[in-house]
Amino acid sequence: MSTVRDLVATRRDNAVMDAGAVRAIRRAILTAIAVPGYQVPFGSREMPVARGWGSGGLQVTMALVGSADVVKVIDQGDDEGVNAVNLRRLILRASGATETDDVSESTIVQTRHRIPEAGMVDGQILVLQVPEPEPLRGVERDTRELERMHAEADYAKMWVSLYEDRVRNGMITRTTGYPCVVAGRYVISTTPIPRWDVPALHRAPYLALFGAGRAKRIYAIPPDTTVEPMTFEDVPFEVEFTPGARCRHCGSDDSYLVSTPREEGGETWACSDTSWCRARRHQRGAQ
Amino acid sequence: MTNITPVAPTLAVVGLGHAYGGIDDTTIAETGPAAGTSKHARTGTVVAAWDVSFDVAGGEALGVIGESGSGKSTVMKSIAGDIMPTTGRVTLQRGDGTTAVITEMSPAEIRALRVNDLSIVHQNPADGLDLRITAGGNIADRLTAAGWRNFAAIRERAAELLTRTEVPLDRMDDPVGSFSGGMRQRVQLAKALANTPSVVLLDEPTTGLDASIAAGVLDLIRGLLDEFGLAAVVVSHDFSVIEMLTQRCVVMQHGRVVEHGLTDQLLEDPAHPYSQRLVGAARA
Repeated sequence: MSTVRDLVATRRDNAVMDAGAVRAIRRAILTAIAVPGYQVPFGSREMPVARGWGSGGLQVTMALVGSADVVKVIDQGDDEGVNAVNLRRLILRASGATETDDVSESTIVQTRHRIPEAGMVDGQILVLQVPEPEPLRGVERDTRELERMHAEADYAKMWVSLYEDRVRNGMITRTTGYPCVVAGRYVISTTPIPRWDVPALHRAPYLALFGAGRAKRIYAIPPDTTVEPMTFEDVPFEVEFTPGARCRHCGSDDSYLVSTPREEGGETWACSDTSWCRARRHQRGAQ
Repeated sequence: MTNITPVAPTLAVVGLGHAYGGIDDTTIAETGPAAGTSKHARTGTVVAAWDVSFDVAGGEALGVIGESGSGKSTVMKSIAGDIMPTTGRVTLQRGDGTTAVITEMSPAEIRALRVNDLSIVHQNPADGLDLRITAGGNIADRLTAAGWRNFAAIRERAAELLTRTEVPLDRMDDPVGSFSGGMRQRVQLAKALANTPSVVLLDEPTTGLDASIAAGVLDLIRGLLDEFGLAAVVVSHDFSVIEMLTQRCVVMQHGRVVEHGLTDQLLEDPAHPYSQRLVGAARA
């Protein structure tokens, strides 16, 4: 599964979805690729996981995956998170695909909350589990008005909310789901990845698909598409950074770190992307 | 009707009419001031406004007077593009010299027009402002809609406008909901002027304010109309507002213009019986 041609060509049943559902979701994916950043409505199926637990990402993956695929599933950057393990087992059993925690071996990476630190390449597909696809939900509650705003690219309210954030807090406080303009047209929510991962989406060589099961929306960033965080010209976009923080396992200070409180007070830091951290330790050990 | 035609009308309303329900010659003939109603007895059609024409030049303010149900709101909504009138044409000269035919525009085009060229100051500040966000943020709404993307420049422009409309700058970063009624109205004026529109519609701009506050806001509006060279349409049932702000005015009753002339003259010497009643009531 690597090209749009594959998407159109191969159709098959699997244990979770029938061929009709696969076709319907692929149609939504193709529309999403054709109109980058546009939220395509789709008939979200009941999945063997509860809505809110990755059912959107799972449906996208199940519509793509075949026995030849190699699948990596992460949750908060961790291949061994309970949700990641369960989703991976389900995908493998239903499709006959093989598993990996190595990004470079994978054909499909399904993720919640992170983009792998190790860069992905053309031909791979990143599938993101999205809790709330609507970037403007926080500034407008009326759905019809939201549709109008997207249709007319009227994003003044989002700019105002960024203005207000800076005026009231002196900085941009939004952490996950930072609003970005895709291909100069639609604003998307980069949910729920941290600001740290946002620059990785800009002109990425791979296809990124966002699946929201509960909200019944799929959107896409095709390869080599511009993804620009909404930010004022004179206020640079900044990613999370804590001075002096290093991973307690691999010593990195150039990866996305998460903190753990220590019993004796204070906190320690560790890479959020566990497989990347492990690879780096091996690399260091070998030197 | 006699038109005192300005050199280049910034806003031109020609033969505007709007009816709710089917219309033919009899519905028009059997409604209006002569019939004493805007609702057609036999068909139930409401002729909210009919055959309304006027011009407004830059730097000029025109008043629209009439009681509730006289059709002044219908005229206002047609100019604002909120309703598509049954007949007639509304044109606006943009600041860049191009002409916008409001009665032929799509909703998206009208929204763009309302960002750049046409502003409305509502009677209730809550209709024109988001009370949850700051005074500066409300102005930023207009500026970002017009493409401003520089934070410092937006702050500077907002401060300039608020200074001009006499809102203390130390309130710029407070939510508008914490402001008094008079100050909200000043913020609304600042927002309306943000992108230097060519036309501004003032809908009962001081109704609901204390008399002393209203006088201050009226002084401010008059100064702004002169300074910015705006073409203004002022809708009010209050003659003191019309007298203070406008040079010319039209009187509406049952959906028709019954009298049209210079404000001073019309208030001194109203010709139409309805105008006489209105003026008489106001002067009493």
